[in-house]
Amino acid sequence: MRFTTLTLAAVFAAGIAQADAVAPGDVKFNEGAVEQSLTGMPGNAEEGFKIYASKQLGNCVACHEISSVDAQFPGDVGPMLDGAGERWTEAQLRGILVNSKMTFEGTVMPSYYRVDGFTRPGKVYTGKAADDSFGPLLSAQQIEDVVAYLSTLKDS
Amino acid sequence: MNFKAMSLISAVALALPTFGAADPVDDQLVINEDIEIVTKTTAAPHLEGHLDEVMSGWLFRSDSTRDMERDDFDNPGMIFAEQGAEIWNTADGTEGKSCADCHGAPEDMAGVRAVYPKWNEAAGEVRTLQMQINDCRENRMGAKAWGYDKGGSMPMEALLASVSRGLPVNVEIDGPAKETWEKGKEIYYTRYGQLELSCANCHEENYGNMIRADHLSQGQINGFPTYRLKNTKLNGSHSRFKGCIRDTRAETFNPGSPEFVALELYVASRGNGLSVEGPSVRN
Ligand code: HEC
Ligand code: HEC
Repeated sequence: MRFTTLTLAAVFAAGIAQADAVAPGDVKFNEGAVEQSLTGMPGNAEEGFKIYASKQLGNCVACHEISSVDAQFPGDVGPMLDGAGERWTEAQLRGILVNSKMTFEGTVMPSYYRVDGFTRPGKVYTGKAADDSFGPLLSAQQIEDVVAYLSTLKDS
Repeated sequence: MNFKAMSLISAVALALPTFGAADPVDDQLVINEDIEIVTKTTAAPHLEGHLDEVMSGWLFRSDSTRDMERDDFDNPGMIFAEQGAEIWNTADGTEGKSCADCHGAPEDMAGVRAVYPKWNEAAGEVRTLQMQINDCRENRMGAKAWGYDKGGSMPMEALLASVSRGLPVNVEIDGPAKETWEKGKEIYYTRYGQLELSCANCHEENYGNMIRADHLSQGQINGFPTYRLKNTKLNGSHSRFKGCIRDTRAETFNPGSPEFVALELYVASRGNGLSVEGPSVRN
């Protein structure tokens, strides 16, 4: 429910660009990387940071830490993301976000722009079965925003 | 690509300082200065290749939460065990019998909690302790069954756990229980939900790590039922399983379902050798 509202909001905000977004099933991978922007437009790094840190959105901080960010309770299930924008190209970062499993086989990191292949997918965190409102964890625009933010993480 | 990515990750990991704070503590649990609890021991043979040592969730909690379990007066879970003792002695149902009429004192049931879930030959199924308790209620007392993880079930389970404290968990996994155990194992390693996370992803591969503010334990159930400071009540293991699966954005199973009965047997067997510790205190 919460998710639907957020996606809708993103659709309105992104306007026409969002309507032209590459659908989750149509994303093309090249060795884990996704060259083409999902929206055809550059992302907004500031928005990307909010998505990274928000429990309701990316919740990346549940598993990752960035030393320059003063997040409350960062997790350490995943590696530190300092310098991620140096280690990875934009296309690689996009690929890791869209479907982490294409880069890291068997990883615990969720795939943020994928809608199929799940076992007993649920309706957000209700514990009930998924219904028509089921969509990717992040919208195309949100993925681009996070990619833009991660690309700014240069100093390792 | 995969290989290159992985070696990069290990390089990064090596360069990081280790988070000492996140490791399980080195501490001993003795309850009421009397009951010694094994909170860490060599893993059962069936865990070979998965875990070398098994640890109670107690070792992953804060100093103050751990301390609450050292004395029954400080353990809020024991209030429920006392309620359980009252129910134990109270007649209920059309037969006018109490648990005590057939089983004597609660202490006479020491060792029972430690071997459940257990194969029931007559019924031809694996039964959890709550299923067995409800069988007594319905068929011997003529009383209504309690809901799973609800009503009288929690105080009664707390009572039966409390009299087994210190005894090693020892559930049978071979013989007729094997099929159910295998099913539970399959569930344990299945990556459920939109987040595609299995029990093992969190509790076998990442115990000791932080997932946001939560210090991941091995997800053992030797301490159940647990009094959680978060919801200030006793929680059954099936309710805990349900919450963990829900958190993967999955359609969960329900307390008392065949899936959770199988999962309880399997998870209990991962704790074989740890002491029964319930009712425990967790956050
Ligand atoms: C449940 C845990 C989890 C969550 C949530 C998570 N990740 Fe990850 N992430 C990992 C793990 C683990 C790895 C390491 C890959 C591996 O070996 O499995 C990783 C790897 C990465 C990498 C490459 C690491 C590097 O710097 O070399 C990036 C970039 C990344 N994640 C970004 C994100 C972003 C952005 C989000 C949120 C939108 C996110 N992750 C959410 C667990 C997670
Ligand atoms: C997304 C991560 C995640 C997944 C997947 C997960 N859990 Fe948990 N689990 C937690 C967290 C966080 C806690 C609270 C801290 C702790 O005790 O580990 C917890 C606690 C528990 C506890 C309580 C332990 C205690 O000592 O009180 C049990 C039992 C448990 N989990 C079992 C399971 C089982 C069985 C599964 C699979 C059906 C599972 N978990 C899947 C995150 C997870």
